[in-house]
Amino acid sequence: MARYRLTVDGKPVTLTAEPEMPLLYALRDDLGMNNPHFGCGVAQCGACTVHLDGEPVRACVMPVSAAAGKTVTTIKGLGTPAKPHPLQAAYVAEQVPQCGYCINGWVMTAAAILEKNPKASDAELREGLAGLKCRCGTHVSILRAIKRAQGVLT
Amino acid sequence: MNRREFMQASGALVVSSSFSFDAFAQAAKPGLVPGELDSWIAVMPDGGVKAFFGKMDMGQGLDSAVAQIVAEELDVGFDRVEVLMGDTATSCNQGGASGSTGVSNGARLLRKAAAEARRVLVEGASNKLGVPVSDLKVENGTVFSADKKTTYAELVGGKHFNHKVQWNGQTGNPMDIQVPAKPKPPAEYKVVGKPLPRRDVAWKVFGTGDYVTDVRVPGMLHARVIRPPRAACKVRSVYEGSIKAIRGAQVVREKDFVAVLAPREWDAVRAAQQLKVDWHAVDGAFPDMAKLYDHVRAAKVTKRVEEVKHGDVASVFAKASKIVEAEYEWPFQSHASMGPACAVADAKADRCTVWTGSQKPHFVRDGVARLLGLPQDKVHAIWVTGPGSYGRNDAGDAAMDAAFLSKKVGKPVRVQGMRMDGTAWDPKAPACVHRGRAAIDASGKVVAYEFTSKGFSRQQIATNESDPADSLVGLATGVAPKGTLIFGTPAESYGFENKLLAWETIPPLVESGCSPLRTSHLRDPVGPEIHFGSEQFIDEIARAAGEDPVAFRLKYLTNPRHAAVVKAVAEKAGWSSLGKGKGIAFAERGGTAVAVVAQVEVDAKTGRIWARKFTVAHDCGLIINPLVLTQTIEGNVVHGLSRTLFEEVRFDRDSVKSVDWASYPILEIGDAPETIDVVLIDRPEIAPTGAGEPTIRVIPAAVANAFFDATGKRLRRAPLDPERVKAALSA
Repeated sequence: MARYRLTVDGKPVTLTAEPEMPLLYALRDDLGMNNPHFGCGVAQCGACTVHLDGEPVRACVMPVSAAAGKTVTTIKGLGTPAKPHPLQAAYVAEQVPQCGYCINGWVMTAAAILEKNPKASDAELREGLAGLKCRCGTHVSILRAIKRAQGVLT
Repeated sequence: MNRREFMQASGALVVSSSFSFDAFAQAAKPGLVPGELDSWIAVMPDGGVKAFFGKMDMGQGLDSAVAQIVAEELDVGFDRVEVLMGDTATSCNQGGASGSTGVSNGARLLRKAAAEARRVLVEGASNKLGVPVSDLKVENGTVFSADKKTTYAELVGGKHFNHKVQWNGQTGNPMDIQVPAKPKPPAEYKVVGKPLPRRDVAWKVFGTGDYVTDVRVPGMLHARVIRPPRAACKVRSVYEGSIKAIRGAQVVREKDFVAVLAPREWDAVRAAQQLKVDWHAVDGAFPDMAKLYDHVRAAKVTKRVEEVKHGDVASVFAKASKIVEAEYEWPFQSHASMGPACAVADAKADRCTVWTGSQKPHFVRDGVARLLGLPQDKVHAIWVTGPGSYGRNDAGDAAMDAAFLSKKVGKPVRVQGMRMDGTAWDPKAPACVHRGRAAIDASGKVVAYEFTSKGFSRQQIATNESDPADSLVGLATGVAPKGTLIFGTPAESYGFENKLLAWETIPPLVESGCSPLRTSHLRDPVGPEIHFGSEQFIDEIARAAGEDPVAFRLKYLTNPRHAAVVKAVAEKAGWSSLGKGKGIAFAERGGTAVAVVAQVEVDAKTGRIWARKFTVAHDCGLIINPLVLTQTIEGNVVHGLSRTLFEEVRFDRDSVKSVDWASYPILEIGDAPETIDVVLIDRPEIAPTGAGEPTIRVIPAAVANAFFDATGKRLRRAPLDPERVKAALSA
């Protein structure tokens, strides 16, 4: 067990955990955050995606020790109902999620893509979002929402 | 908050003396039974309305539709209606999510209850105001005449109706009530039919709400269940010492059921990884996967049902000049929900509370009561949004596991699966083989038609969790499932004069003990499977008869609503002017007619099929909400496309090898269609039927037919993966 300091959604936090424990368990169980989800535990779906210093990472395989000293942003820190990220606003406008359990992967990954490449083409979006899963089959409305957000961002 | 708590919180038990009349009895709370209006509708002190729904929304907006229907019948605003569902303390058992009946069977009762509530309230207003009912109108919960008014809140806010409705005595999907009130005619609808938004979108998008995975009970332990490494194998011994280095970790074992528990979740995960269990090896429970369909063809028939039988098929075939024959094969498929199931249970000596993502929480209550030997009314099941549900997935097992473990350790227990629990150990959709045979006369007319499906029963385990025998903890502790022998036949109205539609079931691969290939319901049970065959076969007959697939269907379909969706989809897609790579399929499901045109591109080098565009025509009678209906259809298209192109449970002689997304690939966004065009046919005069499943059944054949149109090759075995595409193209 070791102590780690990091910043989560703008707040400094201290954690005590085994170095190899995935960040996901620290966020969910030690910090009581519900929004990053366990989907697969092997970085194959994206349900646990958070930003680590602005880059999307899979919290289910990222050791908590690797996040030490860094800034973690979850979907809750990306935007709020009062001040939504353009992707969140677009998701609401397009009524995208069904079960919604996959949402961290799509929104956090797309946010990072648009940060670097606001005008990403359909092909670039599809390539950048490869590996993410959605079981309810909302892919077509996910793309609609991202394109709507691009309209706001560019 | 349960019904009693919120009634108390809202002042429901405070007796008001400001008015009284006979229709509303005093404040005594009637029992939660279908024959009480209070079991369906409550008016709060502020005039807000609560609707108690005994079915479930799984993220397709059903609760919005229910709110629209209740708002419509009561003449209150859509935003004033809150729909409470999935809590056994506040709703009757309407069957949970089941068979796309949320609106048809589920909301139907709420419509009647809301209409009756309005009738009773207007009658009460008439008494209070001294104005005849015929002179009263209602708007936004205010009952008024030319010069007088009152409100629902003043009349009954926070109190109970204590008003009987006539219950038909049935539980689950067939539950119904009758009331004197007449619901509105559709011509008067103002709220029903509007594209109103869903209630669950914002909290999912902002991460501010809770899933079942987020339920935390003080003092709870985290558990992971250790499933056997092979089908039907038994525990020889468990080495508890193998996890002694993990703080607080403990083992629970009962016969062949093994679980680890720990106060910290990560410790439970590590304990599950490290626990050494010695299992009896049982070899050869399963056939060679490469010979699965030979196994199905050769297997003993446990039940055969001829669901449609017109004329004399056998004698026509005996003298037919031209016969078309084909066989189609469909693999085992997994629910593979987005996250493995989770449940939390708090079992005390005399009662139990269980939080579950199961789409049938009332049946979870019944199953937990049986498992723990408690009276049904001592178990409280609370549904909390889960990680996706399309049938009897692993949620039912998690709920039973949690209850069992909580009782064993005397503490609240949270169970969550690892990925393999959701992919390898969920109940599977059955593998099956479908055989079509048709006779065509010299004029090109179809004179005989036969279609037979043979496969594992779609209900080796039941579609709900009301019996421990249908759960993994039941199987592991030695209870054998009873099972039901059932499959299905194509749902269409082709008017072939000699026609036989039949199904046959075969024995399960494992009769007792835990099997990762036990079969049960997955979205549109056996619908995609059967229609992959039957709607390809219709195309094969059409081509053999020298006819266009759309024209052929229109020639033989006898139900005008069926023909109408085929015409509508062909027109919208511009069928006659489309180039190579187009395919059509049609089917009905429970009164809903749906036809789809797929347009595909085939990359001969990689074997990739890209279904670039789908056009869907959908008729489910009266449309409640076109926005959520369209998105539900879109989800069906993509889920169906995933099952068509990618999904196949892999197994060896004793275990399932599909354990994660790498070994059970599904569609990713690169393969998502560019466009899904949906034509909604609204029929206000026809009672609404389902939309959660019908569209998925037509997707596989539409894609396969489009592949044939593009390449001239038939793919009769699903999934249509790159290896099969390449093999077909080089044949």
